[in-house]
Formats: sequence, structure tokens, C-alpha cells
Amino acid sequence: MSTPVTPSTAQSVWLVAEREIGSKLRSKAFVISTVIMFAFALAGVIWGGFSAANPSQTPVAVTSQSASVVAGMSNLDVTTADSADAAIALVKSGDVDAAIVPDADSPAHVKIVAKDSAPQELVAALSVSPPVQLLNSSPEDALLRYLVAIGFGIVFLISASMFGSTIAQSVVEEKQTRVVEILISAIPVRALMAGKVIGNTILAMGQIIVLVAIAIIGLSVSGQNAVLAGLGGPMVWFAVFFLFGFILLAALFAGAAAMVSRQEDIGSTTMPLTMLILAPYILVILFNDNPVVLTVMSYVPFSAPVAMPLRLYLGAAQWWEPLVSLVLLIATCVAAVLVGSKIYRNSLLRMGARVKLGEALKA
Amino acid sequence: MLELRGITKSYGGRRVLDDVGFDVAPKRLTGFVGGNGAGKTTTMRIALGVLEADGGEVQLDGAPISSGDRRRFGYMPEERGLYPKMKVAEQIAYLARLHGYSKADADANATALLERLGLGERLNDKVETLSLGNQQRAQIAAALVHDPEVLILDEPFSGLDPLAVDVVAGVLQERAAQGVSVLFSSHQLDVVERLCDDLVIIAAGTIRAAGTADELRAAHAGHRYELHTSGDAGWLRDEPGVEVVDFAAGSAVFDVDDDQTAQRVLRRAVETSHVQSFAPRHPTLAQIFKEVIR
Repeated sequence: MSTPVTPSTAQSVWLVAEREIGSKLRSKAFVISTVIMFAFALAGVIWGGFSAANPSQTPVAVTSQSASVVAGMSNLDVTTADSADAAIALVKSGDVDAAIVPDADSPAHVKIVAKDSAPQELVAALSVSPPVQLLNSSPEDALLRYLVAIGFGIVFLISASMFGSTIAQSVVEEKQTRVVEILISAIPVRALMAGKVIGNTILAMGQIIVLVAIAIIGLSVSGQNAVLAGLGGPMVWFAVFFLFGFILLAALFAGAAAMVSRQEDIGSTTMPLTMLILAPYILVILFNDNPVVLTVMSYVPFSAPVAMPLRLYLGAAQWWEPLVSLVLLIATCVAAVLVGSKIYRNSLLRMGARVKLGEALKA
Repeated sequence: MLELRGITKSYGGRRVLDDVGFDVAPKRLTGFVGGNGAGKTTTMRIALGVLEADGGEVQLDGAPISSGDRRRFGYMPEERGLYPKMKVAEQIAYLARLHGYSKADADANATALLERLGLGERLNDKVETLSLGNQQRAQIAAALVHDPEVLILDEPFSGLDPLAVDVVAGVLQERAAQGVSVLFSSHQLDVVERLCDDLVIIAAGTIRAAGTADELRAAHAGHRYELHTSGDAGWLRDEPGVEVVDFAAGSAVFDVDDDQTAQRVLRRAVETSHVQSFAPRHPTLAQIFKEVIR
């Protein structure tokens, strides 16, 4: 048997990270929830693609005299009936939503017969509308913007909170079981914390990359190349921002969790961090059409991972803006790692009552 | 040789350790005995470096301990803990790897040690599924797996059945024979008495006695003797300088005022009857302990 060689800090860090990843991947709850999340993402992208490619058609009945008014309308599923009465009978039986029958009294020479409410779309389709010119036109429609905003928001929320709380639990588990006393007699405290942060960052990034891949593959398979062209770049930016945004949160989660000694108490110190994760999601839903709020959010490090990719998607950001925001984020990330590791180091071996923040930050 | 010199420690103005100093010699088992709250755990945590002393110094082979030295320590904390959801062998091997063993060596070490400790059947069970006694054995494996040069074990025998105590004691003696310095605390004074070469007794944060077990026994031997004869030993009561503690026909336990008196008693016993045995009675560790912490 060879004699042991004192492992370098990097080796220690990797051993810890490896254990974090291994124990997470062996958790059934984690694997199942991740698979479900991927399945939902895939289904959502594909469903969105097909419903865009095949818009729903309104079934209508016409007679041979009225058939000409619906000619060339792709959003109608036209059935030609023998007579006006036969067409109306089809409405009564529910086979079609409306019948278009000749009406000599109407200026349009036809009338629409429906069951219990006026079919607005059909009425609009058959009406003559004046042309509309928008002076401030946005290339993206509001619904798509909303969906993209929610998409970035919810993925950030789920991944950051899932792995943030994983770190917190893992820190407290080691404290609660006192295994930490054995660990830090073997490796430096900073290696232990770095291993945890890196291990969970790898898992979180893995999840994000798979989600981005699902989105790209799903969009291209369902033929939504236009959406893909607009979303591809922002998704890559999202992954980059997420990486640093997550390290920032992970370091703070590790520090916050080290302040308590029991799983039950985690909430008391990680609550502010949970709020920080939740805030961008709520703000982006409320303000995704407010350029001022989005611009501010895209520079605040905690919300930049959600807001900057959204602004890029909307074409509202200059090319240099994500770079500036990223520099800000990385600087904050470095500060968070320093603060988090100081709290972690000062609190790790203090069992019992919750460590006060002031004491944890002391040199 | 692990040496503690003048260690002091206070918690919020209350002094829990005051000028604590003793040696833990290689190739020997050193028992660390003291009542609840006497300062055993605090001392051990300071020796290990997971807790910082207010004053004093811990040295290994004459030099202050570096973090590199501490990697060669094996530690069993007072409150047991391993990862509950990790498999036993995997967990022990993980700790060996943190100490720098290659994966293959770590696995081999962990398996051999766990088998030696009687956990060979449970290698792939999760720690949380083990009984408390078996978790305890796993915990001992965690302290030993990296072949430490110094072992610091806080209550390694608590919660073990007598057979397990023998197994663990055997393993510790093996390690000591290989040159390891072993320090362990225990409330089971009979086990300490049976195993230990050296003893350290602490009370209220100060060391009350430290030395080899033989020295301690001799120092506290007093002048108590035990005599067994074939005849009636009733004459002992009238012998000057003798105080009979216990008496039954030909046998007696008695205290003498000095060695001369003891010799005189022995001569008379030989003259008057057939002496089966005559021996000084050594105090048990429990007696010494009660005496020094008073």
C-alpha cells in the first residue's frame, strides 16, 4: 500500500464536490423531480411549436350561395350544406360553430347564425376594417414576451432555490451530525466550502444546460426557427449570467446555513436569500413591459440573470450592456464568496444557538 | 509524543480549562478521566485543533502543531456523526481519500478496518440503518482509516456491548503497539484501568493527576494489606498499629501505620499459622479517582 500524499487544496475541493454531486444524483427525489421538470419543459416547447404551426380552425357551414364570402380564409373549417336550413341544422347539432347563410336584407348579403353567443372572430373576419398603422411598433408580441419573461424567471427561481437549499441542507447536515469536526481535521475549511459551492454549481449548470438544449432542440424540431433565432443568443447569455449568479447565491447560502445547528432552523437565516431569488421572478412578471424597471433589474446582480437575457431578447439592450452587467455581477460574486466564507468559517464549529451575524462577520 | 502545555480556555468569563498540561506518549494508551463537565472534551478539541485555546500550546514531537500535522491525527468526536445517507464503506473510504489516500488504497483500508471492527456484513448499508453500537464502530473506523499517528477518541467505548468493547480495545492496543499515541476519555473506569498504560485525571478544568498507571497506584496505595491464613487471625485486632477493616475467620483486610508493622504482622502470621497469601491491596482506579478529585 502506498503512503498517503497530502492532497492539494484543489484535490480536496474536488473530492468534496464529487461527494456533493454523487449524493445528490443518488437521491430519488432529486432525479424524479429533475426528470419531471425536463419533461414539462420539452412538452411546453413542443406544444407551443405545434399550436403556432397549426392555428385552430373554426368550423362553419355555408351554402353554395354564401361560400364565396369565406373563400381564402385559412382559419375556417368550411362545410358546404345543401341549403340554409341544412346549414342551420348543423349549428343546432353542434357539428359547426356557426352557419353563414344568404340574407337579402343584409348589406353584406349574408348573415351569421350561431347557437348562444356571437362568434366574434368570425364576425371580425367577415367585417371590413380600416387599416391600422402603429407608430411605435415592437417586433415581438406581448404574449411571447410574457412567456419568455416567465421562462427565464421560473428557470432561475427553480434552479437557484433547489440548489441553494441543497447547499444549505448539506452544510447543516454536516454541522448537525458533527461530521464537520472530522472533515476539517482532514481538509481546510475553505476547501470544504468551495467543494460544496462548486459541486452544486456543476449540478445547477448541468440542469440549465439541459434545459437550454431542450429549448433549442424543441424549437427547431417543431419548426419555430424564427423564435429560435431571437432566443438563441439570450439563452446562452442566460446560462453565463446564471453561472455567476448562482455562485453568488451559493456562497451566501453556505454562510447563512453555517450559522444554525439544526435543519429546522435553516429558514431563519436563509429567508432573506430566498426572497432575493423570488424577487426577480415576481418583478419580471409584473414589469416585463416596463423598460425602466427592466433596465434597472438587468444591472442589479441578483436579478441580472433574468432581466438581461430578457432585454437582449426584446432587442432593448446595446451590445455592451450585458458585458457591463456581467462585470458587475462577477464583482458582486467575488464579494459574496468572501463574505460567505467568512461567515462559514466563523460559524461552522459553533454549535447550539444561532450565531449572530455580527459575530459571524468578525475577523 | 503529543504534549499539552499550560492550556487555558474560558467561555464567557467562566474558566473551563486552567493550566492544563500532560503528555500522550507513542506506543501507549493514555486514559483521560474526569467527571461530567470537567473539561475532557474541550481539552481534546483543543489538542485536535478544532477549538482554539486562549493560552498555552500543543506540541507534537517538540514543535508547535501545524495544520499538516493535524492531518496525521485521528479523531472521534464526543457527539457522533457521519453522513446518515452514505454507505458505511463508502463514507469511511471518502474520509481516507480526504487524507490523501488513492481511491484503491482508501477502499482497501476502509474494508479491512470495518471487517476488523465486525462490520464486514454491513459495508454497503447506509449509516442511518445501523444500530447505535454499530454506528459507533463505524465512527471508530472513521478515526482510524487514515492510519493516524495520534489518536484522540472522546468516549470510544460508550454504548458498546462487552464484546464490542473487547474488539475496539484490541484494535486500539494494536495501533498503540504500532507506535501510535492514543488518548481516549471514558467514564468506564474498569475499562480504563484494564487498558491504559498512562492516566490523566482532570477535575474542574485542572489536571489532578497524570502519570503511568503503576505510578498512580503506588502513589495512592496507602497501607492496606490482605491476609489469608489457615488458622484464626483474630490476634490481628490486638496488634499495635493495625486497624482491621474486614475480617472473616482466617482472612482479614487491614490498614497498618507503617511498613515495619506490616512486616511484623507477616512474621507473626507465619509463626502462628499457615499463610496462604499476604499482599498489599492496590486501590482501584475508581478509588484513586474519587480521592484525587476531592
